Formats: sequence, structure tokens, C-alpha cells
Amino acid sequence: MSSIYSEIILDYYRYPRNKGTLPHAQIHARDTNPLCGDVIEMQLEVDEKNTVKDVKFNGQGCAISQASASMLTELVKGKTVDNVRKISKEDVLSLIGGQLTAVRLKCALLSLKVLKTGVYNYIGSTDATKEELSGL
Amino acid sequence: MINGKPLAYLDSAATAQKPVEVIDELTRFYTEYNANVHRGVYKISEEATAAYEEARAKIARLINANSPTEIIFVRGTTEAINLVAQSWGRMNVGLGEGIILTEMEHHSNIVPWQLLAKQKGAHLKYVGLTDDGHLVHEDFRQHLELGGSKLVTMTHVSNVLGTINPVREYIREAHKQGCRVFVDAAQSVPHMPVDVQDMDCDFLAFSGHKMCGPTGIGVLYAKKAILEEMPPYHGGGEMIREVHLYESTWRDPPYRFEAGTTNIAGAIGLGKAIDYLSELGLRNIQLHDQELAEYMHDMLGKVRGVKIYGPANPRTKAGVISFNLGDVHAHDMASLLDEDGIAVRSGHHCAQPLMDRLGVSSTTRASVYIYNTEDEIDRLVESVERAGRVFKV
Repeated sequence: MSSIYSEIILDYYRYPRNKGTLPHAQIHARDTNPLCGDVIEMQLEVDEKNTVKDVKFNGQGCAISQASASMLTELVKGKTVDNVRKISKEDVLSLIGGQLTAVRLKCALLSLKVLKTGVYNYIGSTDATKEELSGL
Repeated sequence: MINGKPLAYLDSAATAQKPVEVIDELTRFYTEYNANVHRGVYKISEEATAAYEEARAKIARLINANSPTEIIFVRGTTEAINLVAQSWGRMNVGLGEGIILTEMEHHSNIVPWQLLAKQKGAHLKYVGLTDDGHLVHEDFRQHLELGGSKLVTMTHVSNVLGTINPVREYIREAHKQGCRVFVDAAQSVPHMPVDVQDMDCDFLAFSGHKMCGPTGIGVLYAKKAILEEMPPYHGGGEMIREVHLYESTWRDPPYRFEAGTTNIAGAIGLGKAIDYLSELGLRNIQLHDQELAEYMHDMLGKVRGVKIYGPANPRTKAGVISFNLGDVHAHDMASLLDEDGIAVRSGHHCAQPLMDRLGVSSTTRASVYIYNTEDEIDRLVESVERAGRVFKV
């Protein structure tokens, strides 16, 4: 069995890209995983065309949760908010690669949940978006 | 086999594996004499009742209770604590009075008391910890001497650090001040001889599933005189003497506290588990656990970057070791160990106040029991070393 801890994951964990804060972010969300205490915070600055100009994450927790958050920031930069909302679980999992157990999936997807929470707060949430978030 | 490797189960502090004798007994109950207890006059109901009550008697013998009537079947330690908080606590703890706890308690021995304190306007007072995971005796003395406390509730063995607390001494001091004492024995009764009369605790609780028994069955022990004064916790069938439209009277303990159909199979299975453990001998189990824990403590301690929490001398603790490796997160550690077929627990172990005290968000915990071997400890150590290489610690 190949390890989930690939060189790429470890590299993003050790040297996180886009870690920090954005004082003028319009989109901002934070969540924790109560099971293991992982914390992820996401901040996005968008321009007048609703394109993500800059993005930062902050947080603490296991390598999977922190590396996936960092990878996700790279994925959203330059995308329109509309395209950010279309990012799926599968997109994030393919960035991480490897097989995750059910418990570790929660670590991997926490950043996506936080990102979407922020985006839906910004563009308005519906029953469908609430359901989507509870499934993450 | 886990991930192509034999399972090394090092998480018995969470729940123990079950011997085939216990599983067979559950099957035998369900296939041969499944019936409700204390009601039927037919043969298998009598057989079930006898087995259920025999299990109660075995528990009483195991912990040297004065009588089986001091043994109440509950779902587990958590329910036992809630029962005492809501039955004894509501009656005996009043406005402004104190409940003394320790900073090493499991959430299950904190939250029920928080609920009670809220209901009654009582205060929680904590005994702090030394850096090596022992209770600060002076804190305890001060809380007691200030007066106004009605109960001391403390764990016998820490589920995170493995610290064995000097409960006997604490109980003696508490009694001098007129305080009752509740002992959370979830981590001790499965692993060492426990004698409630010698200890002189007022309440003691433990769970069946941590001692090779089924899940969903546990035990509350309380002194007979205390139980007799306690009001019911749950109302329902089996716990009543007479029911009228507007009022009822209660049966004597233990039945007063066993409303509804209880976990009959669980109780019988637990009885079988006690047979199994008694045959091995609790003293032998304790020695076996201690030897392995000592070995684990030594071997893990040699790995570069490993920090072990709790007592530095493994002889003063039970078979539970919490550690971290460098800045590797405990969940990553547990995932890496799982890749090698090694099952450990990672996280806050339902003891967040203790994690705060240790200044960490989580630890990895390896715990041993009767079936573990030195070879498994060697595999653990090897795998921790591999984690160190992966994370370049």
C-alpha cells in the first residue's frame, strides 16, 4: 500500500503556500473539526468582476488538513467566484492523491468546506448549498 | 490483517478485544435461553435471570463489594456518572456548595458535574497537575479545608497519562471533611485488582467493554446506605414497587436504578469476561501490562524527537503511554502507524482540559492489554521511527 504522505503533501505541509491573513478580504470563513481539533480559516479578496485576486489560509492541524488547504488556495487564485463554487470534493482529493480513510477524509475536506461556507455567505446560501456543506 | 500486515492492537484503553468465551456466551444466551429477566415463570426466563444475577455477584466479588445489591448495571461509566450526578447530586449538592475534580478527568467525569453545577448553582473546583502528570496534593487539601464541598470525583487511572492516582489516601482525607468520593475506575478495574472496601470509596464506576466484555454494559458500585437514600434516575418498568395513577413507590436498590429491560446479554457477557480475567488473575494482568508499558516507555523514549507525557517512571503508571514525535501531528502519526497495521488512538482522548494543561492539541496514545506482546511494541517503535523519517524529524 502506498502512503498518503507523499513528498508533495509533506512539502505543502512544511512550506505552506498562501498562508497568512488578508485584512481586506471580502470573503472570510473559519471552521474546526471537533473530532481532531483541526482549524482552517480562509480569506479571499475579489475584484469588481468577482475574480479572486488574492487568497490566504491560516490554521493548525494535521499534515492532510494543512496541505490540502494550501493546495486549495492555489486552485482558487484567479478563478471567478462562480467557478470557485464549482470546485468539488473530487477536485481536492485528486490534488492530494492516494487513498484516505473516512476519518481522514474529514481532514482533507475541511478547507473546501470552509471555502464554500465563505463563498455561499458572500453570494447567498440556499437549502441546496446548506445541504452541500453538511455533506462535506 | 490490516494493510497486508498483522494487526497490532494497541488501543485497549479505548476498548478491549473480546475472547471467544465471551462471544460464545452471548451466542449461547441469544440462541438457547433468550428471555426477559425477573418476570417470566418459565424455564428459560429463570435461567436468564439466574445468569444475570450471577453476573452481578461476580462483579461484587471482583471488586470486593459488601453485597451484590451494591452493584447496578448501567450502559457504561458515562451513564454511571450521570446517574450519580442527577440522583445523588441533585439531592445532596446545593447552592454555593463545591464539587472537587481533577484536571486529568475524562470529559465524562467533567460534563455531568457541569450540568449539575448549573442546575444547583454549585461550584466546580479543580485539583491541578504537576508537569509530570501527578495530582497536586496541596490543591486538593486546600479545596477540602475551605469546606463547603460535598463530593470529590476523580479518576483512578488517567486514560491519557496512565498515572495511577493515590485514591485511597484522597478518599481518607475527603471523608475526614465529610465529603463523598466518586472513583472513575474505567481504566483500573480491567487492569488491576480493585477492592472497594479497602479503598472505602462511596461510588465507583467502570465499563464492560474495556475489560473484554460487550459494549453497552457497565457498572455503578455505591455503598448500600447511600443507594438506599437515592431517588430513581430513570422511571419505568422493573424499578417500581407499586404504581398508581398519580404516584408510585420504588423498589430497593439495585432494581430502583434499573428501569426498563436492561442489557441482559451484556451483563451475562460481562460476567463471562470476569471469569476470563479472574482465571488469568488481575495481579498477573497488572504485571504483564506494566512490563510491556515499561518496555514501550524505554524503547519509545530512545527514539529521537519523541516526547512522552505523564510520569517519567513507568513503574508508577498503568499500561497507557501518550507521546508526540517532533511536530508531527498525532493524526498523521496514527495514520502512518495504521499503514503498518498498528492501531493506536490519536487526538485529545476526551480530555481537552488535560491537553490544555500539557500545552498540546493532541497526542498519540498506545495502550496495552493481556494479548499484547513485546514483538508488537517493537513494531510500534519501528513504525514511529519510520514516521520520523517521513516527516524528517
